[in-house]
Amino acid sequence: MDIKITVIDREDKPHVLDAPTDMSLNLMELCKAYELPVEGTCGGMALCSTCHCYVQSDHKLLDASDDEEDMLDQAFFVEDNSRLGCQLKISEEMDGLVVKLAPVGE
Amino acid sequence: MIKTDILIVGAGPVGLFTVFEAGLLKLKCHLIDSLPQAGGQLTEIYPKKPIYDIPGYPSVLAGELVDNLMEQIKPFNPGFTLGERAETIEKTEEGHFRLTTSKGTVHEAPIIAIAGGLGCFEPRKPPISNITDFEDNGVEYIIKDPEFYRNKRVVVAGGGDSALDWTIFLADVASEVTLVHRRTQFRGALDSVEKVMELNDSGKIKLVTEAQVVGLGGNGSLNEVIIKHKTEGEIKKETDHFIPLFGLSPKLGPIGEWGLNITKNAIEVDTLDYSTNVPGIFAIGDINTYPGKLKLILCGFHEATMMCQSAFKIINPDKKLSFKYTTVTGIEGME
Repeated sequence: MDIKITVIDREDKPHVLDAPTDMSLNLMELCKAYELPVEGTCGGMALCSTCHCYVQSDHKLLDASDDEEDMLDQAFFVEDNSRLGCQLKISEEMDGLVVKLAPVGE
Repeated sequence: MIKTDILIVGAGPVGLFTVFEAGLLKLKCHLIDSLPQAGGQLTEIYPKKPIYDIPGYPSVLAGELVDNLMEQIKPFNPGFTLGERAETIEKTEEGHFRLTTSKGTVHEAPIIAIAGGLGCFEPRKPPISNITDFEDNGVEYIIKDPEFYRNKRVVVAGGGDSALDWTIFLADVASEVTLVHRRTQFRGALDSVEKVMELNDSGKIKLVTEAQVVGLGGNGSLNEVIIKHKTEGEIKKETDHFIPLFGLSPKLGPIGEWGLNITKNAIEVDTLDYSTNVPGIFAIGDINTYPGKLKLILCGFHEATMMCQSAFKIINPDKKLSFKYTTVTGIEGME
């Protein structure tokens, strides 16, 4: 089944993406597949924070793991709704999710 | 001056394996890396993570793979320049490359193999607009000599081991130490966390959690930081030094200025032998790009192997290169 996820880029432009729930994709990989400006330098190990984003809808997502929190400690522009896209596995409950890409540091 | 056949920029897995393939062709190698140890990302970022797609290893820890590669290339006795960043290259009269590092070490070779991965690891700089104005005038990303901070006021930012360890160390050196961290929890080693809490309770340091440094002030040199606290808003704090410790992130760095064709932070190569637009310079592993490129260690190993064949032909234009299997000839080491 495909769900819809809205990703707002750094120029505030929303992109509504069709996301398959059966491909074990995460949000970072989904953004890369649609060629949105997400680096995903570490490949999805929660080790680089280049997929840092803000969850703007009120979806109930799984809490961030210690690894994810640790990496967010080394990121900048971190807010209460900050997450790493690579740690958000696409699932049916995410239908309608809205996220905004965090600014990239220097 | 260090002279060799192939100068390898980057001592990650692909750079290390190049030594093996070059060694089979009797070519001598020397590796340069900005990190103080070999292994690249595998050692620096994920030594304890298992890798599942190395042929013949159902699972191998990144750190183990590096140890094994070091063992595998030992017979070929490569040289290392570690903790120095490859900075500039120029051509010598005899047509070789002369490469100088950030610390001034000079190397010469007819072939350069860039196996630089994602680039060189540099400290993450907080996005504070005027931070560059204070670099080396109160802002330091790396602590070179703790004595430098004796009887000075210091603000450290970060929540990992290096932030904790330096806070503990500087507590006895600096006149005042403030540690600023985004959360109340720390990810560092448990005993370091406890020690920091103790120092805070006894008033030897000041711990400010749920806060981040958002501004810097001073006339020429730093004299205050602005700390934004989650509930208390902005707090001004007088200080002599600000030390942000947010880990390392990779940057392409000086390689970008070597006259190579670059797209999206990667070096364009010819898939025939992974040569760049500059004859004699090759790029292998995560740092190169070509149609269909996959950033996999296993692809980097292949690229290194193919590249060495061309390197041999450039170095020995008159010699015939006969292909040999290690199962037949074994490994002949080098002194």
